[in-house]
Amino acid sequence: MAYKCVVLIKQVPDTKRITGEAMNEDGTVNRSALPAIFNPEDLNALELALQIKEKFGGHITVITMGLPAASVVLRDSLFRGADDAILITDRRCAASDTLATSYILSCALKKIDYDIVLCGRQAIDGDTAQVGPQLAEKLGVPQITYVEELIELDGKSITARRNIGAGWQQVKTALPVLLTVTGDANEPRVAAAKKTMKYKNARTPVEVEKEVRSQKTEDSEAKINKLVEEKCGELSDKGLLIKQWDLDFIGADLNWCGRSGSPTKVHRIQSVVLAAKESKDVPANENGISGLIHELIEDKIIA
Amino acid sequence: MANFYKDNDDIQFLFRHIDLGELAEVCEEKFKFSNEFDYAPADTDEAMQNYDMVLDSLGQLSGEFIAERAEDVDREGNTLNEDGTVSYAKGTAENLEKLAQAEVMGFTLPHRFGGLNFPNVIYSMAIEIVSRADAALMNIFGLQGIAETINAFASEEIKQKYLHDFSAGKVTGAMVLTEPDAGSDLQAVKLRAFENKDGKWFLHGVKRFITNGCGEVLLVLARSEPEISDGRGLSLFVCDRGPTVHIRRLEDKLGIHGSPTCEIFFDNTPCEIIGDRQRGLITYVMSLMNGARVGIAAQSVGIAEAAFRVARDYAATRRQFAVAIEKLPAVRDMLIDMKVAIEAGRTLLYETSRIVDLYVGCTRRFEEDSRLRGNDNRNKAEAKQLKNDSRKYKRYAGMLTPMSKYYCSEMCNRVAYDSIQVLGGSGYMRDYACERHARDARITTIYEGTSQLQVVAAVRGVCNGTAEKIIEELAGEQFGPELKDLLEKLAEGTEELKKAIAFIKEHGNEYMDLYGRALVDIAIDLITGYLFCGQASTKIDMEVAAAENGRTDNGETIQMKQRKAMIARRFVTKNAPKITSLTESICTGDKSTLTDYAALVGPVPTE
Repeated sequence: MAYKCVVLIKQVPDTKRITGEAMNEDGTVNRSALPAIFNPEDLNALELALQIKEKFGGHITVITMGLPAASVVLRDSLFRGADDAILITDRRCAASDTLATSYILSCALKKIDYDIVLCGRQAIDGDTAQVGPQLAEKLGVPQITYVEELIELDGKSITARRNIGAGWQQVKTALPVLLTVTGDANEPRVAAAKKTMKYKNARTPVEVEKEVRSQKTEDSEAKINKLVEEKCGELSDKGLLIKQWDLDFIGADLNWCGRSGSPTKVHRIQSVVLAAKESKDVPANENGISGLIHELIEDKIIA
Repeated sequence: MANFYKDNDDIQFLFRHIDLGELAEVCEEKFKFSNEFDYAPADTDEAMQNYDMVLDSLGQLSGEFIAERAEDVDREGNTLNEDGTVSYAKGTAENLEKLAQAEVMGFTLPHRFGGLNFPNVIYSMAIEIVSRADAALMNIFGLQGIAETINAFASEEIKQKYLHDFSAGKVTGAMVLTEPDAGSDLQAVKLRAFENKDGKWFLHGVKRFITNGCGEVLLVLARSEPEISDGRGLSLFVCDRGPTVHIRRLEDKLGIHGSPTCEIFFDNTPCEIIGDRQRGLITYVMSLMNGARVGIAAQSVGIAEAAFRVARDYAATRRQFAVAIEKLPAVRDMLIDMKVAIEAGRTLLYETSRIVDLYVGCTRRFEEDSRLRGNDNRNKAEAKQLKNDSRKYKRYAGMLTPMSKYYCSEMCNRVAYDSIQVLGGSGYMRDYACERHARDARITTIYEGTSQLQVVAAVRGVCNGTAEKIIEELAGEQFGPELKDLLEKLAEGTEELKKAIAFIKEHGNEYMDLYGRALVDIAIDLITGYLFCGQASTKIDMEVAAAENGRTDNGETIQMKQRKAMIARRFVTKNAPKITSLTESICTGDKSTLTDYAALVGPVPTE
């Protein structure tokens, strides 16, 4: 049987490429110094969905909540084989913490028919790993977190192997289900050539508007709106208009969104500068190595 | 996060320097496919964007996935199972799955078969990128000429049967040509093709040294006319790897361990004929081999690039005598020579691929034109022009293809060898990849025609005026004033080439074969020298990193144009005395190779 998969993805600053300019003086992230990328484990979630589709058939919808620039990761998902993409963008989403984010996503998911929701285990900017589990609770569906392997899908239930830190656990539960997927689950494919060639021209309405405005700075508001509408119509006819939803469309209660829906309060931000200090020589023999291993275990650096 | 396309400044530069727009227009036949296929480009800009994006993801796949597996693939190799099937190394199987998902297995095939319809220049870039990651994988990814041959010569029915599967990466192919007694001399092929009373064809006999002979679709050269003993008795067939195709042996090789080299026994295997009888070798295999030769040239550049990078990195970090060894003139010299040689090979390869694209495009237009025109005599001049262009590019491609194969494969062996030399004892150990690159490089001067045979194929073009024509065209381009002295040197070299050609012509064909290599070397140096001067006169504004000790974060950059002028200077000035010396040796008239052989080499060893 075919499965309807929804993959939730996020565009994040590439925290692996942190340089001296990564933080602003005030302790916030300097986004211009860090390239925005597809959150790595979300790629694993998408890959798992693609494997499910290849094996059983079905349909993949990718959703992201973010700034208009996040359209990039939606296009990337289409290049890799997603069937449909949705951008949830709304100024009123700003400053949402994980609780507000999972609420907004749950509202969006109520508009979609799904069997399996797949999320990356966590995003590399916040590293909370909370959105997936919170979302499952709000949707009222079972969740399997830290999924490393999909073992069986039989139309009604799913069996998966999850990492529990010091070992693995095999879990079986009913569909629909929400999975959070780890980086060990698979190796994501790259963009497919023909899909890239086709979908490189796909745009969200907010991107179309930006493009039109940059070209027609002199025109009246009404004229610009008309042009945007025309351009969106053209794209839509070619199947290249990416869906864009706002909080009104998904029927979200504004009290639960953005700053007002976010109980997380930032108390203080500390800019930590890591610098190499003293070094230590480990003798290259049996004793030296075993001493180092013990030290690392004691410091809980390795398990 | 390595990306073998994005991290290669020279490919990035040539992508912009070469007039890809012209080739896009040729391949897309003035962009007429965009109405029919949603992924076909509608204009030049879109085509360029497509090429760039697809190379980008292939570069990512090569850098992050394929290269990671290359060492294991080399160690593991392929397995011939008891049931006669062949299992690829684990990494190779994973690579093929990822390549299929990336939709790059029909790179140059037409849109209507699910292909990308990309020009050969882009395909050469792609093969280079993949080969840099894993040279052995090229023997599957880079042999798309098999599908291309089916597309060019087979019936529509056969095309429909196979080409969609090739594009989708569901099948791989093999060129089944070589036999125990038919290596370089394919006219001696014995494998028998016979027709039964229903007109169905079958194959019987043995083939040897077949790259990817375990592939699903086999293009087999066989003798369909037992009464004709030379090449005219051979036809080309296609068959599936069915129960009558027996893989008897996998060769145990020096390098490219990821590529299975099979001995195959065909036991009355049903097959279908490609095109016409008797044209198998003369037309189809020649065309197939030309494509494959460009592919091997690209594979060679990829191996050389990989080997160079190991050496470049090591020379910057390894300290001896209290300095990084790259401070030592002898090491420096090796690294610069390696780098210049790689860029020379790449230059010649991309120019060859460009000419092949123009040839294919012109020929297709001419054929289509005459079909549409019928007996209509209007626009005769235009038709004549197309026909002339098609002939011209055919001659050019016919000479440049063996030149590229010869130059790039010899170059990659030198570079891989020197890479080990830079690393010294460490390079000889299996801890570093350069020993693998050297083993992988070794086959490139052998398969798809040895260097000696490439010279034979190229030297005719040098002697019949083709090389001079190309050089004349190249010399007529616009160059920057600072290159004046280099252009003078190249002009002097051209005079020497003419002198050498005249001398050889006076002394007959045997003498031409004897000094063919020297003559081809001169022609390659001149053509590449002019192309480098062209790059040094580029309109492209591109800054590239030029920092000591491999540092790229200290912001030191140089204009590519300026850098290419330095490359051109080094290449042309170093080659000028070489050209003089080669010309002198040609003009000695010395035939001792022919006359004194027995005395010089002594008797055949008896023990």
